Amino acid sequence: MADDLLLDIKGLVIEATAYPPGEPPKEVTLVHGVDLQLQRGRVLGLIGESGAGKSTIGLSAMAYGRGGVRLTGGTIRLNGREIRTAGPQALRALRGKEVTYVSQSAAASFNPAKRLMEQVIETSLSHGIMGKAEAEARARALFRKLGLPNPDTFGERYPHQVSGGQLQRAMTAMALCPKPDLVIFDEPTTALDVTTQIDVLAAIKEAIRDTQVAALYITHDLAVVAQVADDIMVLRHGRMVELGTTDQIINAPREDYTRALVSVRSLEHAEKTPAPPVLQVANVTARYRGTNFDVLKNVSIDLPAGQTLAVVGESGSGKSTLARAITGLLPPTSGRITFAGRVLSNDVKGRSKDDLREIQMIYQMADTAMNPRQTVGTIIGRPLEFYFGLKGAERDRRVQELLDQIEMGKGFAQRYPAELSGGQKQRVCIARALAAKPKLIICDEVTSALDPLVADGILKLLLNLQAESHVAYLFITHDLATVRAISDKIAVMFKGAVVRYGQKSDVLAPPYDDYTDLLLSSVPEMELGWLERVIEHRRMASAGN
Amino acid sequence: MHPILKLLVQRIALGLLLLFAVSAVIFLGVEALPGNTAQAILGQSATPQAVANLEAKLGLDQPPLTRYFSWLGGILTGDLGKALTNGADIAQSIGQRLGNTLFLAGCAAAIAVPLAIILGLVAARYAGKWPDKVISGITLSTISLPEFVAAYFVIYLLTQLFPIFQPVAMVFPGMGFWAKLHAVALPVIVLVLVVLAHMMRMTRAAILNVMQSAYVETAELKGLSPMTIIWRHAFPNAIAPVVAVVMLNLAYLVVGVVVVEVVFGYNALGQYLVDHVTKRDLPVVQAVGLIFAAVYIFLNMAADIIGILANPRLRHPK
Repeated sequence: MADDLLLDIKGLVIEATAYPPGEPPKEVTLVHGVDLQLQRGRVLGLIGESGAGKSTIGLSAMAYGRGGVRLTGGTIRLNGREIRTAGPQALRALRGKEVTYVSQSAAASFNPAKRLMEQVIETSLSHGIMGKAEAEARARALFRKLGLPNPDTFGERYPHQVSGGQLQRAMTAMALCPKPDLVIFDEPTTALDVTTQIDVLAAIKEAIRDTQVAALYITHDLAVVAQVADDIMVLRHGRMVELGTTDQIINAPREDYTRALVSVRSLEHAEKTPAPPVLQVANVTARYRGTNFDVLKNVSIDLPAGQTLAVVGESGSGKSTLARAITGLLPPTSGRITFAGRVLSNDVKGRSKDDLREIQMIYQMADTAMNPRQTVGTIIGRPLEFYFGLKGAERDRRVQELLDQIEMGKGFAQRYPAELSGGQKQRVCIARALAAKPKLIICDEVTSALDPLVADGILKLLLNLQAESHVAYLFITHDLATVRAISDKIAVMFKGAVVRYGQKSDVLAPPYDDYTDLLLSSVPEMELGWLERVIEHRRMASAGN
Repeated sequence: MHPILKLLVQRIALGLLLLFAVSAVIFLGVEALPGNTAQAILGQSATPQAVANLEAKLGLDQPPLTRYFSWLGGILTGDLGKALTNGADIAQSIGQRLGNTLFLAGCAAAIAVPLAIILGLVAARYAGKWPDKVISGITLSTISLPEFVAAYFVIYLLTQLFPIFQPVAMVFPGMGFWAKLHAVALPVIVLVLVVLAHMMRMTRAAILNVMQSAYVETAELKGLSPMTIIWRHAFPNAIAPVVAVVMLNLAYLVVGVVVVEVVFGYNALGQYLVDHVTKRDLPVVQAVGLIFAAVYIFLNMAADIIGILANPRLRHPK
């Protein structure tokens, strides 16, 4: 029925002005003529890697261009009206009333100076949709539906007083409160821990179903979108690759690119046999200065030379703190760290230059880990100079060798970080770590900020480099698919303590402890109905207790 | 104890400590001045005996430490000593002039602060467009004018071209409030012109900084009007830096306006200080210096405290 058509986008073209370093500004086209139809009450998943234009297309349903983005061509009809060319007044009238938005980072999207209730009901009042008492009652009902604690008083709190997962749900309540026709969910669970994600996902799904609202669900995670969407549109480089029902996309993808997305988590790595350790962490306990709370509790792990130990856990479990303790940046209050047969000073200041050289780090945000005003050659060349005294042509030759090792080839040494893609930046950081010829590289969430296919490439590179140079990795991650792909040993951390530890095959085999079971069962799987099954399973389990 | 109360007590204690340290610095500074007060009072022809007698009478022959503590003790009991030159009680002389100073500063602040903030909000709303450029242009030109130039310009404009006010801002005890207000109109206008730009620019910059936040985008996607977004979502998060600059300007209005006082013949603390500096009347210089320091410290402390109170994380801990 034509009346059921809520959103009808035809030939959408979106452009922006890019400012490449050292060059004049130029026009770039982000979206090349995309068509999109959405019926009332349906959920369409938009999926693709970063740069695919999925958020840009999503926001175009509110005729909003983020940053300098301009909607330059095509038609966008919402509720039968053309909105692409509508004036600011008309747009203000529909934003927050007919279409609402849930962002990836609710923590940043709430005004820190206002109570939650005031923000949640703001549009209902400003658009004259309902009175204050009615809006507050609806907000409280939504808080309850979304499973927020103490729904009657939840709105009295300030954003900093509630957790990230709760804020994400509060933002969903904020989007649903004015009874919109369409909600845009822009990666609403991506920033959450896997155990939190599943609850938020279930809450969002139920709220969508109960309110009969239509939704655009934007994500890079096919397994997540498979749980909530009726249909899925696969996007790449601002063009549509494939559109189909969720079932068809997951189980019978037609395009190669979709097939690659579906199979991205299939990287496998055969576990190496136990060997003598290069790093031994024995009974390490640590706390931050001026606090009286242990952030690491009696942690003991061994890492064999040339192997990978994955440290998994949620945010706040102490994974990165363990890395800081090993590097000596946060000197442990007790315990001992042995590396390559010698006991390391607890404090980084007491370590020799070789101690420092042999343990290198790679970080999650390659962006902020490099000086934006230095070329790639300078960045990689610095450890060569500092540790080995290499200069001039010899240094340049070694830089090129390292660039070849990370599969980046010629011409990159003269470039600046801003001219590289996310994956290339992370490769440069890997090369910089390798330049020091370390025995151990600590990788702190190095693939978390990357698209799945790019992350896959980085993991393969890391495994190849390990085979060549026999370097050991301490691999910190919250992503269990990554753990399966790369590790030989696994340590599961929870609240500062190691709760499960051993060879990969042992850790990932039942019987599980409660926490590991929760963690493993929370990882979204690429099949229909997975979410319902897990939730039902947990309900049964908790009823049984 | 509520953490915010602890912070406040800390700030106030620090302020008092700082004031104490400043009193020592003022005393030392005045001590270090070359020359001899008794000699200056009596003139070049005075005999050494006469100088020694006067020094004993004024207590200048005591060791510095003793004099410092007796001065400090006097201040704590409200006794600022007597002026060397005319023997007048300093506390009394200051009292009336301080009133005049605060009246002038208060009038200027009552106009300049709201005006600067409103102009800053408007400039932020139209950042880069013509209202922003006009506001920035005018306020920057007025801050660039030396005060006395601005003062003479205003006098010419409002007493000669359009004779609305008198060029001399004479106030005396017993004058009615409105008469006083009329008398200080010209210096108030000059001071407003001088302090406007700084506060306006800071408000604009602080708002524009907050406008980059994700929650401002959220507000835009809620379909709120630009002014509502600025007022309700940006300004509450920009208060701390704005207040800090406002307080600096208030302090300037109290302690830094001697040129304006002189031009308009306004009898207030600045003139009083300058008069007595030229006469080497050190007790007066010390006393006024300490009052100025106290004003600075108090206002900056107030800025700190408002900044703390404006932060919801401190007001409502987890």
